[in-house]
Amino acid sequence: MVAAPAYRVSHLEALEAESIFVLREVIAEFARPVLLFSGGKDSIVMLRLAEKAFWPAPIPIPVMHVDTGHNFAEVLAFRDQRVDELSVPLVVASVSEALDAGLVHEPADGSRNRIQTPVLLAAVEKYRFDALFGGARRDEEKARAKERVFSFRDEFGQWDPKNQRPELWALYNGRIHPGESIRVFPLSNWTELDVWHYIAREGLALPSIYYAHDREVVQRDGMLYAVHEFFRTRPHERPFVARVRYRTVGDASCTAAVRSTADTVAKVIEEVAATRITERGATRGDDRVSEAAMEDRKREGYF
Amino acid sequence: MDLLRFATAGSVDDGKSTLIGRLLYDTKSLFDDQLAAVEAVSAARGDEYTNLALLTDGLRAEREQGITIDVAYRYFATPRRKFIIADTPGHIQYTRNMVTGSSTADLALILVDARKALVEQSRRHAFLCSLLRVPHLVLCVNKMDLVGWSQSVFEEIADEFASFAAKLEAPDLTAIPVSALHGDNIVSRSANMPWYEGQSLLHHLERVHIASDRNLVDVRFPVQYVIRPQSTRYPDYRGYAGQVASGILKPGDEVMVLPSGFTSRIASIETADGPVPQAFPPMSVTIRLTDELDISRGDLICRPNNAPAAAQDIDAMVCWMDETRPLAVGGRYAIKHTTRSARAIVRDLQYRLDINTLHRDEHATGLALNEIGRVRLRTTIPLLADEYRRNRTTGGFVVIDETTNRTVGAGMILEAA
Repeated sequence: MVAAPAYRVSHLEALEAESIFVLREVIAEFARPVLLFSGGKDSIVMLRLAEKAFWPAPIPIPVMHVDTGHNFAEVLAFRDQRVDELSVPLVVASVSEALDAGLVHEPADGSRNRIQTPVLLAAVEKYRFDALFGGARRDEEKARAKERVFSFRDEFGQWDPKNQRPELWALYNGRIHPGESIRVFPLSNWTELDVWHYIAREGLALPSIYYAHDREVVQRDGMLYAVHEFFRTRPHERPFVARVRYRTVGDASCTAAVRSTADTVAKVIEEVAATRITERGATRGDDRVSEAAMEDRKREGYF
Repeated sequence: MDLLRFATAGSVDDGKSTLIGRLLYDTKSLFDDQLAAVEAVSAARGDEYTNLALLTDGLRAEREQGITIDVAYRYFATPRRKFIIADTPGHIQYTRNMVTGSSTADLALILVDARKALVEQSRRHAFLCSLLRVPHLVLCVNKMDLVGWSQSVFEEIADEFASFAAKLEAPDLTAIPVSALHGDNIVSRSANMPWYEGQSLLHHLERVHIASDRNLVDVRFPVQYVIRPQSTRYPDYRGYAGQVASGILKPGDEVMVLPSGFTSRIASIETADGPVPQAFPPMSVTIRLTDELDISRGDLICRPNNAPAAAQDIDAMVCWMDETRPLAVGGRYAIKHTTRSARAIVRDLQYRLDINTLHRDEHATGLALNEIGRVRLRTTIPLLADEYRRNRTTGGFVVIDETTNRTVGAGMILEAA
């Protein structure tokens, strides 16, 4: 007998193998898949996995970004650069255009988080996408912890948490009727720390705002928001400069920064390993609406 | 650092949520904001204690009704291992959730309340773990503080469980006396139970030997996708992508492709990071052969002298998962098995098993939600199948309703001919 320790893989290799399996299943079984790419770290990792899954062939599907019009400029520049490098087609579903066309209306609080959903669903219908890869992870949020890797959406894009398909072994059921779709989450079993370890291992470039930098911010609800053209400061809020980085990247209107001096991947890993606050808890105003904010948005068709 | 997936079974009453909460908290995987949110909700509901079940009961309906409906996945890591917990509800009406959570588990953790001794529920959990071939079982006898840390109470429950488990061809079994509430024997050995000479739960989870659970003998590589770049740089490239189900593949190995039966040799095993000298589970790789063969998704690469059956008559234990329509003899369904899809007709229901008593009802005419029975199927195309007990990947399949597209059953192959 050969000694067993030779036939082992690390946890990161096991996660990578599982994600690549999921990506290949979808490309093999669906007619019109698309990969949601925001320029955030999770979607950057997912895009890297797609690159590896089909190598040496190019990524065989387009990527799509739902652009709220409130994004950080560094992130959009990064998105365009990465898409160019990989020569994948980019579909931009623009919230600003949807506002102009009257499909959605500007919410009173200035956050376009919730009105992304109808824009996303309109793009799915327009391009007849039947499978959408998302970078969501189960460790992010308690409703996501209950969601399948292949998450069925009806013709209205809605998630029904009480009526999910059982998911056994690695046998994913992707059968749908016309108009329905599946959201696929290849990173379901990854944690924030796994993502950062993988970024280090693969030497992946990220938008600069993930690393510590000096930025003018205001404090609100215990979080630090960048003073930004898309963020409405309130009269009593005093801007100040702090050394910060972003743990998640979303809209400038609802994503907060955290105080940090981590300016390299290694330092970020150290910081994430020691943190006592979850990623979304530290940075997302949109999750604080209610105990079930994420579940409610997902039911409507959110990512 | 490697990866261990484990399923937990038990109800809130057994202290399962407290146990998971304790593991997460003591490994610093439970965050302050999560804890604060749970404390706030507990206080608002008037709970007398911080209800850690709220951590895993992530859905609105679950929190409103105070019950766990669905499998929740939780993650924690120690310097030795990363862990994925599939937290499943324990009541009989959630058998399908437990079957789901156990299907990928390396280990199952069964919780019993030391005051109640073995109940029907624990036996059922043990049976389901053995049915799903979960290789390691841990019996946690919880609430030891409430029985005066009694050695005899623990041993009585552990012995009874062991004798029951022996009838089930149960795998490796370990029993640990714990108090999840006080943390005894969870992360470190308890000073309250000096008579217990075993390891703490976390110590066991970190060290239980799982490497040899994988089947490294039978080469099984279901082809998932054919990679053909047809680019100027790779004009003639043709590679067969997939995840190794079992066995070890090496360049130069003679292989056979099913269902055609053609043989060839492995020219190279490739990944985006470069060629590799060998592939074994759970690696996702691309295999290139020395000959041009017609191979497509759903085919399987194995060795000429060690091949699965190519079978259309399948005997399997089936767990039914659909509340709307029962499995019926004569029913037609879609089947997904490895990367292969087929249609099947139910030829016979040999018996329905009472999962509490293991009594076989040979007069049963159907399987309703959460019922398990031995079924004979005839498939439209051959499945490239092994017995489930030998191979969880090539021995398992799901049953899909062709009209609703719902996943309605899970099958574990007993015989394929």
